[in-house]
Formats: sequence, C-alpha cells, structure tokens
Amino acid sequence: MSALLSLRGVTVRYRESGARRQAPPAVEGVSLDIRAGEILGLVGESGCGKSSLGRAILGLVPLAAGAVNWQGRRIDRLPAREFRKLRRELQCVFQDPYSSFDPRMTIAEAVAEPLRALRPDCSPTDRAARAAAQLADVGLAPELAGRYPHQLSGGQLQRAVLARALVMGPRFLVCDEPVSALDVPVQGEIIELLAHIRREQGLAGLFISHNLAVVAGLCERVLVMYRGRIVESASRQDLMRRPLHPYTRELLDAVPAIDAGARARLLRRAPRPAPAADESLAAPGCPFAPRCPHALPRCHAERPALQPAGASRLVACHRAAEWPEGLPAAGG
Amino acid sequence: MALLEIRGLSVEFAGRELVLAVDGIDLSIAERESVAIVGESGSGKSQLLLACTGLLAPNGHARGSVRFDGRELLGAGDPAAGVRGRGIGFVFQDSSGSLTPHRRIGSQLVEAAIAAKPVTRREAEALSLRMLERVQLPDARHNLTRFPHELSGGMRQRVAIALALVAEPRLLFADEPTTALDATVQSDILVLLAGLCRDLGMALLLVTHDLGVVASLADRIAVMRSGRIIETAGAAEFLQGPRDAYSVSLLAAVPTIDRALAVSGA
Repeated sequence: MSALLSLRGVTVRYRESGARRQAPPAVEGVSLDIRAGEILGLVGESGCGKSSLGRAILGLVPLAAGAVNWQGRRIDRLPAREFRKLRRELQCVFQDPYSSFDPRMTIAEAVAEPLRALRPDCSPTDRAARAAAQLADVGLAPELAGRYPHQLSGGQLQRAVLARALVMGPRFLVCDEPVSALDVPVQGEIIELLAHIRREQGLAGLFISHNLAVVAGLCERVLVMYRGRIVESASRQDLMRRPLHPYTRELLDAVPAIDAGARARLLRRAPRPAPAADESLAAPGCPFAPRCPHALPRCHAERPALQPAGASRLVACHRAAEWPEGLPAAGG
Repeated sequence: MALLEIRGLSVEFAGRELVLAVDGIDLSIAERESVAIVGESGSGKSQLLLACTGLLAPNGHARGSVRFDGRELLGAGDPAAGVRGRGIGFVFQDSSGSLTPHRRIGSQLVEAAIAAKPVTRREAEALSLRMLERVQLPDARHNLTRFPHELSGGMRQRVAIALALVAEPRLLFADEPTTALDATVQSDILVLLAGLCRDLGMALLLVTHDLGVVASLADRIAVMRSGRIIETAGAAEFLQGPRDAYSVSLLAAVPTIDRALAVSGA
C-alpha cells in the first residue's frame, strides 16, 4: 500500500451522560488515503465531525469502529506509551494560537519543549539551536524568540505554533482551522507557509476548514463532510467547477464574491431560515435532504451511499447522475 | 444633515504608556447609508465603534465629537444608556456578549423592547415574536422560551440581531457580525442583514477585516490603519480598483473561488 495514512470505516461516537437515546455518531464510516507529500483538504460546517476525524487520527479520541493505519501499521489501538513514539511523526495545529501556548513560557522555550519531552538524547544547547533554526524556518524574527505569547500578534503566534509542531521533523500534520482566527491577509501568509513546507520537506497532512476557498487554495484533493459522513470527494478543480453534491454547491455559494455586483446578487437571494438544530438526526434518508433544494421523496427515505462518479471522484447523492456537469450557482 | 457625524475622534488608552488607538477620525453616515470600516487587528476599527457607543474599556478615553441625529454622544455621562434603544442598535462578533446566558430569550427581547419605547408588556411580547420571525428563526414561539446556550452559534447571532431590531433603530452598529460563524451561516446572515437594512431603511456602520462582507453589505468603505483612515471610496469603485497600496494588498488577500482555481492551474 502506497498511502502514508489510511483510514477505513472510521466511526467516532461520544457518550452523552443521561441521554435517553444514543446520540448519532460524530464520524460515521469514513475511509480515506493520504500519500506522502499530500495535504488533503476536509471541509464542512461546525459540528459535522471534521475535528473529531482529525482527533481520531491523532489518537485523541477512541474509535467506535474502523481502523487508522500509519505506513501500513494499525495505530488506533496502540497503548499510550507506544503512541507517544508516534508523536514525533504525527503533529497538530489548532485554531486559536493563544490557547496553544503556556503563557508563562517564552516562544523559544515553548518551541524547544517537544524536544525535551520526546527527544531525551537532545542536549539543552542542541534543543535551543534547533528551536532557533525552526523559528527562522517559519519566518519569525530572532528577537521574537525571547518574548511571551501575549506579546506576539495572532499571525506571529500561529507561525510559532507551526514551528513547535515542525521542530520534531514530523511527516504528517493535522491542521484544524489553523487560519480561521486570523486576519485575512495573515491567513494567506500562513497558507503560503504551509504550501512551502509541503514543497520543501514533503510534509503530508489533513487541512480542516469550514471555508472551501481557503481549503482549495492549498489542497489538490478535497473531501466534503456533512453530519459525520463524507458526501463528496474530488480534485479541487472538479469540486469548484462541477460540484455534484448540493451541499458542495452550498459551500461554494457561501464564499463571498468581492466584485462590485456581489451585493446585488446577494439581495436577489431570499433570506433562508436557520436550520432547526436537531432536524433529520434520526431520519432514515439522506442527512442533507431537509436542507436540500433538490430533494425527492426517495432522498427522505433512503440514505445514499458514497459511490464513484467518474475518475477519482466520489459522491453520496441519489440525483448526482442528473447533473454530470455540476450544479449551477445560486443567485445567478 | 448626516445621521451620524464623527469629527476629530481620538481614543487613548492609559497604561504603562499612553496608547493612541484612534487618531483624529472624521466620518459621516447618511440616513439609510451603509458604511464599512475595514482594517486588520489592532487598526483601531473596533475601538472607534466602541467609542461611538460609549462602551470603551475603563482606561480608554475618547476626544472629539460623535453626533447622532444632532445629539452629541461623547461625554454625555453614560452614552450607551442614552443611545441604546433610541435609534441605535448593536450587533457584535460574539453573540454570547449580547445575550445574558441565564435568562430566556423572550424575556431579554421583551426587556429591550420596553426599554426602547412606551409599550405594554403584551405589545413587547408581540414585537419580540415578530422580530424573531423577521430574522427567520424557525419555531420562533418555542425559541422565546429557550436559553441562549440551547441554540447554535448562527441561531444565537440571529437572536442578537432581533435584540438590536426590537428598538427599531435608524442606525445599526455591527462589529464583525459574521466572523465567528461557519461559511454557510455567514452567507445566510449576510443575506439577512442586507435585506433588513434595505427593507427597514436602516443605516449601517460595519466594522470588519473581511472584504467579502464589505462587498455584500456596504455602499461606502473606509480603510483604517494605525488609527487613521487611509482611504475612503464608494464600495463598487473600491472593489474595482482601490488606490492605496495597502488597500490593494487587502483586496488581493481575500480567498475566493477564482483565486483557488488560479492556484490550481485550472
């Protein structure tokens, strides 16, 4: 098998204390493969299970079913001590850089910390040298190394988070909304930095976001997740030019255009009611059906399977074959 | 006469050093006009808005003049008490800051309605229900009895907008009203806000770092950097080609589908 990381039928379920009925799984039957040097995109809304999937890869939540394989070796049932050895290779970056640091540690100390914990063979001088080199690699000026987290801007601090994740020389990075809390121009800088590291060091990873334009700017292959399941998997060109799942179309329509006609188009769209919080959870049909403008009676009764739709492309929609050229944009 | 007239507004914060967050801003907003202030974190855009609403932190001090409908808002004791519910509404990024966590949504709306105008409790309740329907919250009657934490982030932001609307404001202040939300929910809220401003004839002073939001809502844009306005223009004109180099870089940074396609070489 050539995949660096592969997931098969991964299901994550959280237990709710005192709940009368069992909650639906946060992640249900997700399979995917990521090659060395590939950063796979994962897009979906809050609560769709995308963060749970990232945490399942990192061994931070137990699987209810399925398997996670790292270089052909099953890692989801490793004892904590064994998994700890994998921390050198599997690292993560989360949304809020301020809560990723101990406020009492300088940036240089924080970046050297993983070496102290995981590489006892490294001397303190060696650690400091490596941390300094890694901070330079992510484009942070040397004078920032002695500062504390609150003295850095959000963008500088997210670079420091990346430096700390990369200091062990990992081969895989789970990035969970790493730019969502940052100013737009700074978001672009961090995305460019990730693309650079992928190119230079062959870093692989999973890049998670709710914004399809952000994901598609970095990742060649993108998965769309809805209510715990993958509903579409395609190259970014296919996804953006010929979206087959109505939810993918909705995500595309949600990316604001920035031309002078954007407002007029927006005003032509009828305001949409907020989706009810617990709709369709127990329904037997397609989980997207209650929101879907194309739903037929069949969609409410029968859940569509994720099936091939042309070359290297998958979609879970009963009607996808009716629009082989993709769904057109809303609002015109 | 402008609906809101800001003249020489400066905001200083006292600390170990004196920090000048807003540095002599002039800006006016006409009746029904929608103006966006755009800038990065730390540009002073939020402090400008907080100064106008009298909600600066205790160590902050505002100088200059902010007139709403001819009335001076600065230095009028507690300006928030004076303007709230009398023609000005607020929506913030984090709806949990607008809503009281331990009180039911209905009672918060009713209280805001009664504070804003001479209505009976029954009239306030009817108005509250109408406003929840207006922001397209499903099952509005049931939601009046719920607590904020029982709703999703997008639903809470709709409630926060309804809370601003019960006073029937002529001007809405909105600070990053969609930033904390999912992409699809952001777009729903933008459609809702654009429609409300048009249908209710409300003026809007919007603060954001996101030019996608500006393109969706604004008639006019002011770019702010280091406490000053460095460019103002009509939104359409700005989006076709800003003049200032910093504005150009802001516009170029917005992730769009076309740009992602260009990166992918398609």
